[in-house]
Amino acid sequence: MANWFDKILPSFIKKETAKKSSVPEGLWQACSACSTILYVPELEANLYVCTKCDHHIRIGARKRLDLFLDTGNQTEIAADKRAIDWLKFKDTKRYKDRLVEAEKKSEEQEALVVIQGSLLKLPLVAAAFEFRFMGGSMGSVVGQKFVEGVDHALKNQLPFVCFSTSGGARMQESLISLYQMAKTSAVLQKLKKEGLPYVSIMIDPIYGGVAASLAMLGDINMAEPNALVGFTGPRVIEQTLKVKLPEGFQRSEFLLEHGAIDIIVHRKDLKETVHRLLLNLLDKTLAQ
Amino acid sequence: MRNDYLDFEEPIAALEKKIQDLQSSKESDKNNLSEEISKLNNSIIKLTEQIYNNLDIWQCVQVARHPQRPHLLDFVEKICSNFDELHGDRHYGDDRALLGGLATIGDHRLVLIGHEKGRTTEDKINRNFGMSQPEGYRKAARLMKLAERFSLPVVTLVDTPGAYPGIDSEERGQSEAIANNLGLMSSLKTPILVNIIGEGGSGGALAIAVGDHVTMMEYATYSVASPEACASIVWRDVEKASEAAEAMQMNAESILKLNLIDEVIDEPLGGAHRNPDQAALLLKKSIIKNLENLKSQSISALLDTRYKRLMSYGNK
Repeated sequence: MANWFDKILPSFIKKETAKKSSVPEGLWQACSACSTILYVPELEANLYVCTKCDHHIRIGARKRLDLFLDTGNQTEIAADKRAIDWLKFKDTKRYKDRLVEAEKKSEEQEALVVIQGSLLKLPLVAAAFEFRFMGGSMGSVVGQKFVEGVDHALKNQLPFVCFSTSGGARMQESLISLYQMAKTSAVLQKLKKEGLPYVSIMIDPIYGGVAASLAMLGDINMAEPNALVGFTGPRVIEQTLKVKLPEGFQRSEFLLEHGAIDIIVHRKDLKETVHRLLLNLLDKTLAQ
Repeated sequence: MRNDYLDFEEPIAALEKKIQDLQSSKESDKNNLSEEISKLNNSIIKLTEQIYNNLDIWQCVQVARHPQRPHLLDFVEKICSNFDELHGDRHYGDDRALLGGLATIGDHRLVLIGHEKGRTTEDKINRNFGMSQPEGYRKAARLMKLAERFSLPVVTLVDTPGAYPGIDSEERGQSEAIANNLGLMSSLKTPILVNIIGEGGSGGALAIAVGDHVTMMEYATYSVASPEACASIVWRDVEKASEAAEAMQMNAESILKLNLIDEVIDEPLGGAHRNPDQAALLLKKSIIKNLENLKSQSISALLDTRYKRLMSYGNK
């Protein structure tokens, strides 16, 4: 990605650019799309959207909920749950060791964070996947935390919002992970029956078991621009079918065009949009 | 007569070949042969027992995928006194990998839904090797609602490597089609009996596998991903499929121990492909027994138990 800016950069900065993720926490961060070095306070003020190319840079679950929810009056739900190694799963590493690594890397205990709070004064329950925790994969704890979040919404008659970003069901818990798809879909049925809205917000990327369950089941499905969302990953499709995929395949704009989502929302408009839609839905519900 | 042997069945193949050779020997020698043949037959039984009682999980995967393993339509022919296939999702097309229709098994009228992999090369291609597109799941959903409306139980026979990984599947909402079925089945107001008869591959299997009672045939498999997909995701090496199969504990016995299914249905000695008639009989008996049990319960009790079971998975 050599643009004019890269060319005039001193070589030591270019090196940092090449290893995007290795830019140390601090004042400068490289955009993961255009590699422009961005000034972090400015980036944060811009909600981690690249000021140059408008790329929506990946942010952690807690940060995302921080940006989304009003400050104060937040209660985390099912915070203390940790994964169980049901199968004593071992690939090149033991699952147990992977969990320890994931916790260190993400500073979270699992790949989902659930918080009761409010959005522009509207009380709700919001969940967010943590992609740095084993690719946001859904195992038993993610499923359980999701269910407890929805149960909390049911009990308190609140809307439910989930920011999904996930590689899919977690291999290391095999069938137990697969069953979380059914479990999360089942609890969402309860929410539907209660007349409480569920807004699913799709964040780059979502695949497999999370796409084919809770992410697609929103009363309103929305996506950030340019997010990749699908059942089968593009690499697998290319390898299996030996075809070249069309430009923009499985991107938010593709999903919108094919009728899979309601709306694409820029990060800067997210709070107002979700708030407005929820108010509209809830007023209707109250009127009945 | 079988003509496909898995590599671990080679000793059995050798003995069967010996019997064939003896049988084709000269007429005059045949008198002394019957004793020897019956001895060999006994050895085959013992050897088969020995091999099949000690299958590792990767070998089990191979049996589940055996080219002569009975498929949906074989079972339909053997266990249903009638079957009217009902086609189409009413939106786009008629998936040939996921079939459904009205059937009668024993005294039970029901809606039967299942994957069909196909037998001949042409048939396999036509049926996408048992990998459904969104239309298949949507057809299944339509038939399940039909079952609900007419108070018919739903019986599913699951046998798929997974949902079809195609461009057109993605365009037509593969994820949504599967997700929708999961929600639907969790609250469908009629009994649902699920039987994993071959490969229970990933979301493509689960999309017709949420129910009140879940059985697996003895050598069927069920997992979050195919061993090849798991190997390539976790090991980054598709050659590690056998290790992945072991690690995922995808065989019926392990899954029963984990309390994730309710019942394992015995297969004939040497697997269902050895004796499809007997395999069908065992499956039929189990279906009838389970339907009687499920139909004896009130719908509200069934739904309550179904939901609680779903919520219990992975909650410790």
